Parts: sequence; structure tokens; C-alpha cells
Amino acid sequence: MNDWSRIAPQLVDATGETLYMVGVATALTVLLGVPLGVLLTITAPGALAPHPLVNRLLGLVVNLGRSLPFIILLVLVAPVTRGIVGTTIGSTATIVPLTIGAVPFLARLVETSLREVAHGKVEATLAMGARRRDVVRTVLLPEALPSLVAGVTVTVVALISYSAMAGAIGGGGLGDFAIRYGYQQFRTDITLVTVVLLLVVVQLLQWAGDRWARRLATS
Amino acid sequence: MIELSDVRKVFPARRTAGEVVALDGVSLSVARGEFAGVVGPSGSGKSTLARLVNLLERPTSGTVTVDGRVLTDLDAAGVREARRSIGMIFQHFNLLDSRTAAGNVEHPLELAGVGRTERRRRVAELLDLVGLADRHDSRPAQLSGGQKQRVAIARALAARPSVLLCDEATSALDPASTTGVLELLRQVRAELGLTVLLITHEMSVVRAVCDSAVLMSDGRVVDGGPLAEVLARPDSALAAQLVPAPAGPETGDGALVQLTVTDATPHGAVLQTLTAELGLSVEVVGGSVETVAGRRFGRLLLRVEGDDGRLDPALVRLRAGGALVERTAAGDPRPQPDADDGPRPEREPDVQRLADAPDVQR
Repeated sequence: MNDWSRIAPQLVDATGETLYMVGVATALTVLLGVPLGVLLTITAPGALAPHPLVNRLLGLVVNLGRSLPFIILLVLVAPVTRGIVGTTIGSTATIVPLTIGAVPFLARLVETSLREVAHGKVEATLAMGARRRDVVRTVLLPEALPSLVAGVTVTVVALISYSAMAGAIGGGGLGDFAIRYGYQQFRTDITLVTVVLLLVVVQLLQWAGDRWARRLATS
Repeated sequence: MIELSDVRKVFPARRTAGEVVALDGVSLSVARGEFAGVVGPSGSGKSTLARLVNLLERPTSGTVTVDGRVLTDLDAAGVREARRSIGMIFQHFNLLDSRTAAGNVEHPLELAGVGRTERRRRVAELLDLVGLADRHDSRPAQLSGGQKQRVAIARALAARPSVLLCDEATSALDPASTTGVLELLRQVRAELGLTVLLITHEMSVVRAVCDSAVLMSDGRVVDGGPLAEVLARPDSALAAQLVPAPAGPETGDGALVQLTVTDATPHGAVLQTLTAELGLSVEVVGGSVETVAGRRFGRLLLRVEGDDGRLDPALVRLRAGGALVERTAAGDPRPQPDADDGPRPEREPDVQRLADAPDVQR
């Protein structure tokens, strides 16, 4: 049990890897998931730009992504990952399945948030002579911002859990660490430390996200 | 200024409901500078009517013309352009919570591509106009209902429209805020030469601000015109709601005569004729007086006893002389052409509203 001096730096590295994977995946997820959520919202029947076919297609894709267990998705998108990153091993490679898994998740949350914006506000803005894209830019997104921030927070937490799972198949990060040292070497103490670390990271993120959302809502 | 011609609006059938004919061949004309009201019970199509004027709702058939432009002929870009000259305010204000009062007023100016300095100047001017010069940085959540509607009015006026649409704009307000908002509407109408189309279910609102009004029922205009003219028409359904006929006595002998009193038709001659000339006994058994469009209108219910057959010819003579007088039956004070046309609005909604109208904070 006196090998902690050897393990600690590796634990720090693993935490760094997790943060790197989750950070980049979050950025990509927001970049792709928010527009997808907007499209899902505005193409719905009776919405800003109703388009039943597009709406149903997007809904299908999103549901497919959401219903697939992440561990299956991880294996399924391996060829795509290899195509983009060149390998399927390591934290950078893990970003691809993480993003693909989280985008549909966030898109649904974004859709729910945007639908909460009172239709009267959209109408009042259309009555001013606004274009539909102006309505999205100046009404839907700003009015839903507190709720969008909360949605991104939930997504980040989900990404952390996904990233730990990705560790199981050589994705690096805290999950990988827990499997290799904690599980395979029967070091329950290491598993526990990893769990505590994950908990701390999740708590910090949730707290920061809640705070930000609340600030936006009341400012 | 606003011209609707034979407009129909049919909402197609949905899974949960059949086809709904919201407007069934409505024609309406509002002159430049006029303050026109549209009244009717809920479900009569009056809100749909307002939303047709700026094409928030496209008519199924018929044409909408505003300021000489046939909106129903325009493409999407043309409609957007035309909407800039039509301001609109709503029952629930529809302010953006993510913006301050000033930010909300600035919104249409941003959309119109007005420069930043000019925007700031105009916002200050508008908030001053609506009496909220000190609430620039307040969020909608920090404002009362009346203040929110004032911000909404400033926002609707930002792009210097020539027409203002008010869709139940005072229906969520308490009586004091309603009075304030109506006064403001009258003031901006006068100062800016606006044409106003006001949708409401409250007769008191029409009485307070409108020059003319139409009564809607089941998607059709059933009555309407300049208020002074409407009130002088004995069989008008709109007049019956604007200045309700006084309740008559349940029992009693003699003929009941209803007399409508306006600025132009003083009642002195009628009483003079009935009492002095015919020697009849006349008793006032009911009456109501309202100020409509700034003028006083009243209805008196008279019980006339001792009629020996000379009353009817005398009434005909008085009517020929311009007096608004007619025989009426107790319990059925006036003919109601729309009596079987579905639900009728509450006679006097403002009495109820006094009791249950908290200053709604939305």
C-alpha cells in the first residue's frame, strides 16, 4: 500500500485525460447539438418553419442515437473513429464516440428548452417584421439560455460517465485507470479513489452549471 | 387605412377537432386616424381578425389591405417589410425576459438595422413617451402589468408604425392600469396620428376609447359603425351592449316607453309632449347613462299611464322629429338579433373584474 507515490502522478494524468476528453467532446457537442436541437424545434408542426419530413427524419436519427447503449455505440463507431483520428485507442480517439453519443442527448434537451419559450414572444417578434433566423437568434436562444445552460451541464455529467465507460476499451482517463489498477489488480482502494475523484468533478461541474443558469435567470 | 374584404379564415380539421371557421366572410374598413374597436364573445373570431391584419394568420380567402398595400398579394419579404409599419400589442405583453425594458424597445430597431446611437436615442424617447423614463434597466419581471404593457406599447411604436393593433391589450390588467393604458393609447393616437384597431371583450374599453366599433359573433360582423350612429339606432345589438337597456319593472300597469338620450336628442321635448300635451302620467322607472366616445348617452325607461290611444301616434311624431323613443315590453327590453348566436358576452364584465382582478405579475 506504499506505492501511492507511484500511483498519484498517474492518477493526476488520468484526471487530466478525462477533463480533456470531456472538455473537447462538450465543445463539439454544443457546436453540433444546439443547431440540431434548433432544427428539431422549428421544423415541428405548428412551429416557426414546419417541415414534417425533416422533423421526422431528425427525430429518428436522434432517437437512434439515444436508444443505443453507449458501450455498443463505442464499438459501432470504431471505423468512423479510425477514419477521423487514425486510431481507436487513447483519449483523442474517444472524443469521437463521446461526441456522437452526446449530440442526440443534448439536441433533445435543447428542443425541450426551446419549446418552453412562450409562442407569444415568437409571434410578437414576427409581428415586428423579423426573419425566422432573427427569431431563433434574438428570441428562442436568449430566452431559453438559463435552461440551455442547465441542459449542457446535464450533458457534461453524462459525458463524464460515458468517458469512464470508454476507458474500458482503452479510452484512457479515470475509467481506464480504475479498470487497469482497481479492477484488474484487485486494488479496491484505487477504485474508490477514482470514484471519489469522479464524484468531485461531477459535483463541481453541476454546482458551477447551476450557479451560471441561476445567474442568467435572475439577472 | 385598414381594409378587410370578404375575409374567410378556416382552420383545417385536426385529430382532436373538426374544421373551424373562425371568420366567415368579414369585411371591415378603418379610416386613417380612426380608433376602431372589435368586440364580441370569446370564440367569435375577433382575435383571428386582428392577427389577419399583419398576416400573422393568412386568410383562407379574401384580401387584406393596409395603407394602400394589398398584404395578401405580397411575398414573405414584402410582408416582413409591411409588418414594420404595423405595431402590435398583446394581452400577455410578450416581452422578452432576457432583455431589460430598454432592450425590449430596442429589439424592433435592431431588427430594422437602425444604428446603435440612433437606437439609444429612440429608446429613451419612447420610454419617456410611455412614462417609464426611470425604468430603462428594469427587467419585465420587475415591472407591474400596466408597466409591462407600457413597455410593449413603446416597443410597438419603435419602428414608427402607422397602424397599431391591440389584441385584448387590457384584459390582463387591473382597472387602474387599464385606465392608464387606455389613456396612453389615446394620447399616442393623437400625437402620432395612428390608426388603432382594438380587440376587446370589455364594453367599458370600447366606450372609453373607440370612435367606432364592430360587433362580432360566430365569425361574422353582426353590427357596427361610428359609435354615435350605432347608439342612435334603436335595434342595434352593439348599442344594446354598449349602453344596456335599463331593467324594467316586473309588474305594473301602463305602457313602457324607452327613451334614448344623446347630446343631439334632448329628452325635454318628449316629456313635454307626453305630460303637458297629452296629459299622461309619466314615471321614470329605470335608466342608465354611459359616457361613450367622450359623449354622454342614456336610456330612460318610462312608465306611461292613462293612454287613450294617442300615445302611439305621438311617438311616431316624436320619432319623426328626431327623438329616439319607442315602446318596449317589460322583461324583454330590446330586440336581440344575435340572441341565439351562441354564447353572449357578459353584460358588464368590468363589475366582475373589480372583484377578481389582482395586478397580475407575469
